[in-house]
Amino acid sequence: MNNDTLIPYIGVVTDIRQDTPDVKTFRVVSPEGGKVFEHMPGQCAMLSIPGVGEAMFSITSSPTNREFMEFSIKKCGCLTTWLHAMDVGQQITIRGPYGNAFPVETELKGKDLLFIAGGIGLAPLRSVINYVRDNRSNYGDVQVIYGSRSKDDLVDYQEIIDEWMNDDGIEVNLTIDNPQEGWDGHVGFVPNYVKELDPSINKTVLICGPPIMIKFTLAGLKELGFKETQVYTTMELRMKCGVGKCGRCNIGNKYVCKDGPVFRFDQLGELPDEY
Amino acid sequence: MLKISLDKLDKLFEAISATKTLYIPTDREDGAAEYRKYESGMKLSSALNTVRSAKDFFFPQTENLVDFKMDGKNIEVIDVREESEDFVIFGVRACDARSFTILDKVFLAEPVDSYYKNRRDHGTVVAMACTRPAETCFCGTFGIDAAAPEGDAACYSDGESLFIEAHNEKGQQFIDSIASLLKDGDTSKLEEVRAKTREILKKLPLAKLTTDNFGGDKLNEYFNSDKWGELSESCLGCGTCTFVCPTCQCYDIKDFNTGHGIKRFRCWDSCMYSDFTKMAHGNPRLTQLERFRQRFMHKLVYFPANNNGEFGCVGCGRCLAKCPISMNIVKVMKALEVK
Amino acid sequence: MQEAMINKAKQLLADGVVDRVIGWKRGEFAYDITPAVFTSAEELDESFVYDDFTAANVSKYLVKESRKDGKVLAFLKPCDTYSFNQLVKEHRVVRENVYIVGIPGGPKLDAEKIKAKGITGILSVKNENYTLKIETVYGEESMPFYEAVLDKCASCKSKKHVIYDELMGEEGDVLDSNRFDMVEKLENMTAQERYDFWREQLSKCIRCNACRNVCPACTCEKCVFDNPDSGIENKAPADSFEENMFHIIRAFHVAGRCTDCGECSRVCPQNIPLHLLNRKFIKDINAFYGEYQAGEDAVSRAPLNEYKQNDCEANIVHERGVE
Repeated sequence: MNNDTLIPYIGVVTDIRQDTPDVKTFRVVSPEGGKVFEHMPGQCAMLSIPGVGEAMFSITSSPTNREFMEFSIKKCGCLTTWLHAMDVGQQITIRGPYGNAFPVETELKGKDLLFIAGGIGLAPLRSVINYVRDNRSNYGDVQVIYGSRSKDDLVDYQEIIDEWMNDDGIEVNLTIDNPQEGWDGHVGFVPNYVKELDPSINKTVLICGPPIMIKFTLAGLKELGFKETQVYTTMELRMKCGVGKCGRCNIGNKYVCKDGPVFRFDQLGELPDEY
Repeated sequence: MLKISLDKLDKLFEAISATKTLYIPTDREDGAAEYRKYESGMKLSSALNTVRSAKDFFFPQTENLVDFKMDGKNIEVIDVREESEDFVIFGVRACDARSFTILDKVFLAEPVDSYYKNRRDHGTVVAMACTRPAETCFCGTFGIDAAAPEGDAACYSDGESLFIEAHNEKGQQFIDSIASLLKDGDTSKLEEVRAKTREILKKLPLAKLTTDNFGGDKLNEYFNSDKWGELSESCLGCGTCTFVCPTCQCYDIKDFNTGHGIKRFRCWDSCMYSDFTKMAHGNPRLTQLERFRQRFMHKLVYFPANNNGEFGCVGCGRCLAKCPISMNIVKVMKALEVK
Repeated sequence: MQEAMINKAKQLLADGVVDRVIGWKRGEFAYDITPAVFTSAEELDESFVYDDFTAANVSKYLVKESRKDGKVLAFLKPCDTYSFNQLVKEHRVVRENVYIVGIPGGPKLDAEKIKAKGITGILSVKNENYTLKIETVYGEESMPFYEAVLDKCASCKSKKHVIYDELMGEEGDVLDSNRFDMVEKLENMTAQERYDFWREQLSKCIRCNACRNVCPACTCEKCVFDNPDSGIENKAPADSFEENMFHIIRAFHVAGRCTDCGECSRVCPQNIPLHLLNRKFIKDINAFYGEYQAGEDAVSRAPLNEYKQNDCEANIVHERGVE
């Protein structure tokens, strides 16, 4: 019988990084070494601990990374609590890749890019940002606006200051919600910060974060003159199969697992308001 | 057309079951019909339809997907799939026969569901034309002719004989396997019976129900209809409609710790259930209105939008007969329809 | 009766006593009646129905309805008043937000029983002197009224309304019911026979939860079977015994609170006689603690919720206390 997508592969967790008080980044390779499968930025994978649960997670590492995949996961429910408690060397099950991807090889090519993220929302965008950094000549200016509750809640903070901020042609603007000792950067919510920074409306926007942040940021972008056709986001709903058959992650007739998770706002606008 | 006398049905079933597992609809003690594995002496039900649809044969209520053995930090994945045995489902009504082509559109679309395909490949569907449709029948609404069912092969009764014809190679193989029991027969009386059935179909109370005003182009119009509140207000949020429905195919995947390992199984799920879309951090469908709306939007709008206009209903009438509060797709269509 | 009820409802709406009415709405056929809330005279005229098929017990809807603003008129049959009263006792309904009009009850009819006679293509059903005249697309059919009566009505326990603000029609009495006959029959079986009986019945379960969701005694905000953290949540049985567990646990949970309204068996798509589990509990409670009818009143202590030193079973707590 042919392989079935519902039968998972084994992945080995080779590194666990405490990113923030409630986010850890897990490095996963196949038992033979190397990546379990290839993916494109924005795609997801189903991770599971048998007997505990299975859930869809965005692949946070860039496909340009040839050695491993990474997942930045916030402690939230049953499975994620288990994942946060495990040690290096633990095997997990993994299947995928699922969903579409950010159109890095088509619509985004040659464009000036503006990434806007809030909290754990950086996780899916990190894959794109690093893909763009590794294929720098294919894209124009890159700007990242990223905010979190506090300095400690900035995911991938070390990578941001050590690598992204040292890259040429990348502007990184960080913000936190409230003033904090040891933070001399910007303080304030992401939607307001975006307006303050007044980015060029020629940029193509990729946004991910809490729904309320997305809602106000999108409104702000529109005020600045951005069109919905310029703005991409990535969605999350409950999933079981990952291939558009189990029937629970639909928004209208689109399945987030198969037709998404990446949507352009004009496409989302045509769908019923149920997400 | 080839035929066999109705009083020789026992012989026919014996012949089929001699080489393949045979399932026929038969009457239970409580009077309801259900498909059972044929055993000598079992009688074909005269009921119009079974309570549970025939989808069970290809998409069972629960099935084991994969097993895991947990050993310290290590996990072993055990593929539990086995090649299905060959089987025949006899007496499938036209509505259920069509339901398989709808299920195919989900499970055989890429990536193919190997569990479903395995059983589909090994199952032969022998349909049976209806002669006494009920008031709850509305298969005609979906372009199904109850007097001429689909399936790999089809049977028609003229009251004396059962006529059998093949629709494809699998059906022909089935007929070849029982050829010694069949002889050529005159279909003139059968044609009369069929004509009479079609007359009855036209007289059924739901005969005029059409899908003309439904389909993928009505996405937001129907989603935002103000009728959903009233339609869903007495819905109990149970799964009866979903589970008796031949085309409902949403499923859940769950793990079960047997004490010796983990069984990952798949089971039917219902969009009517409160936890269907529940996530660790929230639920986009908080009230029964949203869940109720999902089920009917899926059948009347989303499914046709994704499948060249084909609807996710075959008009079998099971939900009409079985919903505890008698709320159903017909009432929804009539209330919702904007001409 | 239907006309009188519509007039009563219109009057109570017009007088401002209530601002909505819960009752039954006509369907596509003679029998497919849906519980519904009506807010205007026009709606009542258009589709309010009360006839031989309006069997649904609307009490459970009042858990939600009575917590909304305003007052709702509920037409309750005798059996429904027991359910409602039990909900009052459990503080699950807001009594003062419901105006109850007691109406005569059944016996109500079961369309499935008509269909089981091979009668199909049903266009209309009329009761003429307790013979059902059934018009079908295949011609006229008839059958005795009593052969189509719902099981729950065939073993009716009471024609008396135990709670109401107003009565329509004549008040009835508590009946000497035959409702424990089948329970006795099961009790007289051998353990193996009884086990086989229930295994056969419960194996038909498709786990649709209709019995639970219709049950006026099942009003938990979140059922333990829907709660992933409970450890027993399941949508489908992982093994063949789990279905039995679902029904047995449910029967235990409603024991002493089940008023024997019979809705569980009425709505079961697989005709499982679930009410027999509940009746066994009712019969045992009667035998062990003295006659007790849940829902009969809204104030008395239920035997299973109360501790008495002379309780039938030697009580561990009491005995240890004495030592």
